[in-house]
Amino acid sequence: MASNKAGNEGVSRREFIHVMSAGAGAVAVGAAVWPLIDQMNPSADVLALASTEVDLSAIEVGQSVTVKWRGKPVFIRRRTDAEIKEAESVNAADLPDPQPDADRVQKPEWLVMVGVCTHLGCVPLGQQGDYNGWFCPCHGSHYDTSGRIRKGPAPTNLEIPAYRFLDDSKILIG
Amino acid sequence: MASAAFEPKNSAVKWFNDRLPILGLLHGTFVSYPAPKNLNYWWNFGSLAGIALMVQIITGIVLAMHYTPHTAMAFNSVEHIMRDVNYGWLLRSIHANGASMFFIVVYTHIFRGLYYGSYKAPREMLWILGVVIMLLMMATAFMGYVLPWGQMSFWGATVITNLFSAIPLVGDSIVTFLWGGFSVDNPTLNRFFSLHYLLPFVIVGVVILHIWALHIQGSNNPLGVDVKSKQDTVTFHPYYTAKDLLGLGVFFLVFSYFVFFNPDMLGHPDNYIPANPMVTPPHIVPEWYFLPFYAILRSVPDIGIPFTDIVFVKAKLAGVIAMFASILVLVVLPWLDKSSVRSAKFRPLTNGFFWILLADLVVLTIVGGKPAEGIWPVIGLIGTVYYFAHFLVITPIVSRIEKTKPLPESISSPVVK
Repeated sequence: MASNKAGNEGVSRREFIHVMSAGAGAVAVGAAVWPLIDQMNPSADVLALASTEVDLSAIEVGQSVTVKWRGKPVFIRRRTDAEIKEAESVNAADLPDPQPDADRVQKPEWLVMVGVCTHLGCVPLGQQGDYNGWFCPCHGSHYDTSGRIRKGPAPTNLEIPAYRFLDDSKILIG
Repeated sequence: MASAAFEPKNSAVKWFNDRLPILGLLHGTFVSYPAPKNLNYWWNFGSLAGIALMVQIITGIVLAMHYTPHTAMAFNSVEHIMRDVNYGWLLRSIHANGASMFFIVVYTHIFRGLYYGSYKAPREMLWILGVVIMLLMMATAFMGYVLPWGQMSFWGATVITNLFSAIPLVGDSIVTFLWGGFSVDNPTLNRFFSLHYLLPFVIVGVVILHIWALHIQGSNNPLGVDVKSKQDTVTFHPYYTAKDLLGLGVFFLVFSYFVFFNPDMLGHPDNYIPANPMVTPPHIVPEWYFLPFYAILRSVPDIGIPFTDIVFVKAKLAGVIAMFASILVLVVLPWLDKSSVRSAKFRPLTNGFFWILLADLVVLTIVGGKPAEGIWPVIGLIGTVYYFAHFLVITPIVSRIEKTKPLPESISSPVVK
């Protein structure tokens, strides 16, 4: 009879086959469970609606529009000169989430951002709050005219979505 | 606890039970279970909780026959239930108010356990299973509140699911995963309906474990001393079935007041406005039973070194951690309380701090319903700090230094000499 000790590692064939079958079993279970988990992630049709085209020509200086993108509001504001000046004059390093205004806009006149408070997802109200920007009524976060968090529980500035100007009066969000 | 053996007289029943002893199991649980003979009315709330769960499951199953879990139809299907479905108004009113009644009963049940030391050895597993049930109830209630798809449904779902975005690195992916999209939308409503239907049955399973664990060690009692002899107990039936039925009558009277005379008192008027993802209501509040936890969530500031810019944990993450910790701290309570005496009746300091804790939770409930401005966040923070201090500082210290009153020799000894 051959010994069931294989080699000089002291590992028996039985132990080896246990580890191998348990390993194969774990892989098989993982492969079977993954579809059950991944079905929770966004489906193809949800992902397909991931971009929105907006015509800006009707928006006057000092006006805002809210458009829906991925089920969320996106604020598009044609800022006044005073608002732009206010946003640019702030020393970015002093802010809770330091970011100069220039990093948040492609053209200073047009501020495009996701209208979802970075605290817990409410929609902030426009041209309100201590910094004349946006104010979230849920838990009292104040954003400035660049959508940067200035006061309150929100950890970061309002998110800037990926967008590009198709021409002077049209943008594509997403 | 050994129950008296089940010996059916009817030969058919005996034949059945010899092959599947489920009747004996039920007999041992609801008839011959030897319960301490000094249980007071605070012990009604266990069976009341079981009945409240049954009411929710039964009304829920029939409501699901008329409800449509789709963003375009959910709100209208609830109105259809209220206006068109035979007795729909009654069923929905029972189900919606039943959630509140369930929480009242369960919170009372928990505080009874806290007061009389029911969490202490040898009932730790019983207590922990209870915490699991409470967590499952909260998840179920939260998802149920989303289903009518009103403004509070939508924004409550948004705020609560966003809690998970506080988790470092993977937070946003988790939130997308929970939503099935990039915001609370139809996939979210659909899965919440599925889970809201599933979880009550999971609760039933954990309740069975809870009762199993109860029957291994037997019920605690107002004196908190162990059952020493048969003289200390009475059979569950007829003594506690009768006592529980009286309590049940009172419970149904209170329940009926809300169902028939004030069905929307515990709800929020904004939930009769259909969900609108573009407009947040000015003041989002959860249902009353979540208010203390909501207050804890909102009141925690950035955690760091005071008077410097050094922040270890941002307020958002700290609030989320504090909120979950406020429930999970109950899991370790049996090991934080070092006293060998269970009942607060014999623990003068513990008795006092119990009532302060209760008052603290009332304060947190009030704070949770107020806007997060002015004095309220400060009161909320004080209440939160006290809540954790109660469990993590006061309980360990008091249970070591407290001079307890002398315990009776047994449950019977104060009356039988």
